[in-house]
Amino acid sequence: MGGQAQARAVLRLSGITKRFGSLVANDAITFDLHEGEVIALLGENGAGKTTLMNILFGHYSADEGSVKLFGAPLPPGNPRAALAAGVGMVHQHFTLADNLTVTENITLGTEPLWRMGRSRAAARKRVEDLSRDFGLAVHPDARVGNLSVGERQRVEILKALYRDARILILDEPTAVLTPQEADDLFATLKKAVARGMSVIFISHKLHEVMAISSRVLVLRHGKLVGEVRTADTDKHQLATMMVGAEVAELEVRPHAPGPVLLALKGVSTPARGNVTGLRNVTLDLRAGQITGLAGVSGNGQAALAALIGGLELPDKGEMTLDGASVEGWSPRQAVDAGVARIPEDRHTTGTVADFTLTENAILESYGDAKFSRKGWMDWRAAEGFAQDIIARYDVRCPGPATRIRLLSGGNMQKLILGRVLERGPKIILANQPVRGLDIGAVTYVHQRLLQARDESAAVLLISEDLDEVMALSDVIHVISEGRLSPGFARGAMTPAQLGVWMAGHGFERSDHAA
Amino acid sequence: MRLEPIADPGLGRTLGFPAAALAATLAFAMALAMAAGADPLVVLGLMIKGAAGSKFALLETLNRATPLIFTGLAVAVAFRAKLWNIGAEAQLYAGAIIAVLLGTGAVALPWPLLLPLSALAAAVAGSLVLLGPATLKLRFGVDEVVTTLLFNFIMLLFVSYLLEGPMKDPAGMGWPKSQRLIADARLPRIADGLRLHWGFLLALIAAAGVWIVQTRTTLGYEMRAVGLNPTAARFAGLPVGRIMIKTALLSGGLAALAGWSEVAGLKGSLTLDLSPGFGYTGIIVAMLALLNPLGVVVSALFVAGVFVGADSMSRAIGVPTYIADALLAASLLFMVLALLLARVRVRRG
Amino acid sequence: MEILDILLSATFWAAAIRIASPLIFATMGELICERAGVLNLGIEGIMIAGAFTGWFAVYAGMPLPAGVLMALLIGMAFGALHGMLTVPFGLSQHVVGLGVTLLATSMTYFTYRLALPEVTSPPRIEAFAEWPVPVLSDLPLVGPALFSQSPLTYLAFATVAAVAFTLHRTPLGLALRAVGENPASVEAQGLSVTGLRIGAVMAGSGLMAVGGAFLTMSAFNSFFFEMVNGRGWICIALVVFGAWKPWKSLLGAILFAAFDALQIRLQQTPIGAHVPYQVFLMMPFALSILALILMSRRAEVPAALMVPYNKGER
Repeated sequence: MGGQAQARAVLRLSGITKRFGSLVANDAITFDLHEGEVIALLGENGAGKTTLMNILFGHYSADEGSVKLFGAPLPPGNPRAALAAGVGMVHQHFTLADNLTVTENITLGTEPLWRMGRSRAAARKRVEDLSRDFGLAVHPDARVGNLSVGERQRVEILKALYRDARILILDEPTAVLTPQEADDLFATLKKAVARGMSVIFISHKLHEVMAISSRVLVLRHGKLVGEVRTADTDKHQLATMMVGAEVAELEVRPHAPGPVLLALKGVSTPARGNVTGLRNVTLDLRAGQITGLAGVSGNGQAALAALIGGLELPDKGEMTLDGASVEGWSPRQAVDAGVARIPEDRHTTGTVADFTLTENAILESYGDAKFSRKGWMDWRAAEGFAQDIIARYDVRCPGPATRIRLLSGGNMQKLILGRVLERGPKIILANQPVRGLDIGAVTYVHQRLLQARDESAAVLLISEDLDEVMALSDVIHVISEGRLSPGFARGAMTPAQLGVWMAGHGFERSDHAA
Repeated sequence: MRLEPIADPGLGRTLGFPAAALAATLAFAMALAMAAGADPLVVLGLMIKGAAGSKFALLETLNRATPLIFTGLAVAVAFRAKLWNIGAEAQLYAGAIIAVLLGTGAVALPWPLLLPLSALAAAVAGSLVLLGPATLKLRFGVDEVVTTLLFNFIMLLFVSYLLEGPMKDPAGMGWPKSQRLIADARLPRIADGLRLHWGFLLALIAAAGVWIVQTRTTLGYEMRAVGLNPTAARFAGLPVGRIMIKTALLSGGLAALAGWSEVAGLKGSLTLDLSPGFGYTGIIVAMLALLNPLGVVVSALFVAGVFVGADSMSRAIGVPTYIADALLAASLLFMVLALLLARVRVRRG
Repeated sequence: MEILDILLSATFWAAAIRIASPLIFATMGELICERAGVLNLGIEGIMIAGAFTGWFAVYAGMPLPAGVLMALLIGMAFGALHGMLTVPFGLSQHVVGLGVTLLATSMTYFTYRLALPEVTSPPRIEAFAEWPVPVLSDLPLVGPALFSQSPLTYLAFATVAAVAFTLHRTPLGLALRAVGENPASVEAQGLSVTGLRIGAVMAGSGLMAVGGAFLTMSAFNSFFFEMVNGRGWICIALVVFGAWKPWKSLLGAILFAAFDALQIRLQQTPIGAHVPYQVFLMMPFALSILALILMSRRAEVPAALMVPYNKGER
């Protein structure tokens, strides 16, 4: 892919700075994007990648600096201008309306609002053509609410193609895909690039960056700290640039598993709205073992987490705790049974944003004799407990009376860890425990989980990041459409082999075997 | 335009914006006065004088504040838990009905027994009235805003039926009015010759009680958690449904005491115009108080003062008394906006 | 027997359609707001303001259509206030809606007292007369019921058609349905969430006010306090009953109005003599609650209803 030096710059960012209060999210960032080029924007969570792209797309306007598209300055803070100039963006969180069809989502905003009618047939035809040309299989009349995550992403890309985008920005596009789907995405991107499309690929996954890009820009703490040609670098160098220090490999010592603490035998749960239910799931969680759950999001992870977390009961099948069948089951009973629950979304489920650290620390235990007697709170004891967590779990905060909304994601997660681990749990349900955290916090959380395992807790790690699951788990199950694969021992499977299961293959065979 | 939360707003912002909201309310009131062709300063002066210019005026304001403290507390308690009780009006009348039911001779007890019994029964009745919408919300997910609003109309028709039927005063010359309460069922005045009844003190005690519940008890903690984030509360194992029910019982009971104390303390009988919208005004009272139970007392006094002052001013110079309702409604909108601006920065893009 | 007689009479259905008309306007208004993601509890107050404004404009010498237009404008003004506070500022739609209702009501009463300080009973205007549609109005039953109505009633039905057409057949409607489901989808396609939502609230509020004006300019010919009497809240229930769909909501409004017309007639029958009239008057409110319960499980609520959108949070 030589010769980019001669290709003209389609996009030029100069001195982009963006502040949120005292936080400098982007600090004087300057770079060019050339025609027909794929550049990767690499950085940890919170490095400022998404903010930068939101400025480019017009969701935010920069405090300083300018953006030039095809030589013309882009008016700030106006997505319409960015779209008109040929920028298409595939957001990390999809921006689709579930109640509309694929074609409707794609044509939304492409016609003058006050037209007395919509040209539906022509639009539908165009969507069909594009999806065939670029290998983006999706039915133009399907309701988006019924689509899988992979299909939704295809709709997002079609939105850009439909508008004849010349520059495509993809924000962490593979986070929601199976390895095979990611390969398909790369194939689509190559087709688009061959037709002159320029691509900015945002990621924190090094092997993808190496595979797809011709140039890598590295962001750290809002600053552009490096720019290298992909051919001239390797994963190790990129990792060091991204983190700013040598990255220590996570050290996982083998540990002998203990008895089964929680078991599911042929469990099914109902589907709820968009949440896939479980189908005939059998699973053993053993003391002193990390069981990893791999899979594309939306395949039943939420149902399994709800089941073990006490929010759901089996329709069919049996759940046993320490060998005894579970009859009554609620979040309260789960907590009392020694299940520590780290929820998927710490902002909406894990914490009460406007509560103080103290109030959040006792959310699961305020009824304990330690914190209340006959309905009267003992706030002094509660604050002492919060102080202990802050000290022991390295929660960086002004004090226990701080509202938790002011904390960073990592510190919030540490408080949740402290809240559940201080109860000395037997079972730990860790649902996406490091999503959105920076590397320091990620390492901390992982070490705590390993430590809990070594102290004989049974850990269930649910993650959409296959690398994370493979690094930590002693046993890996794959979940797809609510079905669970058999357990695979550490190192028994390659990512590609797991990807086959993630795509839904192999389950029939094991059904027969069982 | 984009709103950006401010980590530490500081005292200037926290107090400045609400102060600006009050100033805006004042300006709005003056504009209304001018629209009515009156000198705004005269209108303002007369309103202040009418609300607090004499012992009589002040006592009138305290009397008017009494039901507003109760309904304000009812709303504050419910809104804190995000239970949108807009039905304080209906609960108020439930309390008033009980005051008449037990207070017109049907139960023969001396006042130290009759009054507490009647107050308790009134509170229970109000609780039950709100229990309906709360249950519908929990069981069927029916929005309680609409159901409580609709219940207000049903309750008023029910009162109308009672006053023209079973509860009608035979000596009422055909007016829809209940019999008068017997002496043992009336709330005594705080002091002889002082036109202020014990209801006011009870309202103060209720405010203190609610404050203690909210800050010192597990129930208060639970209600705040459910109000701020029901998802997190449910996930953490809080009995969200039960907490909602308890909140409804408390809120409905407090609103009912407003009607009970109006009948037992002030009016002595039940008529269809017992409440000039005390239930709805309670929303303004609670919001101006930032849902703080002690603040409710202050804001109820302010709101009562506006009403009493406007009545008096209107009698003197004829500016319509609805100026009070209008400026209070405006103050509600100004205040919610001010409270937002006190903690976010408005930025472009 | 009597009920059957009533149900088969043309005057009964004519009355039902008349009673339904203001509800149709206001229900369409609320539906537009909610499809765009904004619950508008200002409806009751806006109807009162519209009732007064339309009537007063005509009383002050304007022609009837101008009165309707004035009502529309005053409704849009209150809609703009509601929209400004709830959309860009994202304030609680419950609190702001009630605030707008209280403000619109009290401002109306204040203005009324200011304009007519001395009167004990409000003056009357020359209200809209019936416009029988040639030929069609001679049809049995349907003729008097549907085609001998006030022009405002025809306008109400036309409004339903227009709302349904706009929502499902135009780019604007597509954008409105999207913004009530996921505002981010609209913004990502270069449209303004704020503009769409405020626009919807203004348009919807205008229709609510016209619904109020129907009361003073067609159903009656004068303005009374309390004349809206909870109709706004009932319309919110009708939107739920109609599952946020225009034609279903229309059906709900007519069904509801038929019950209302029926209870008025039943009061005059021997049954009515044994039952207190208040029980009949409670029926509309009780029915609304019942409708809410029945539809609670089935309705497809716009996903972003009551969820404010702030670009800074995603």
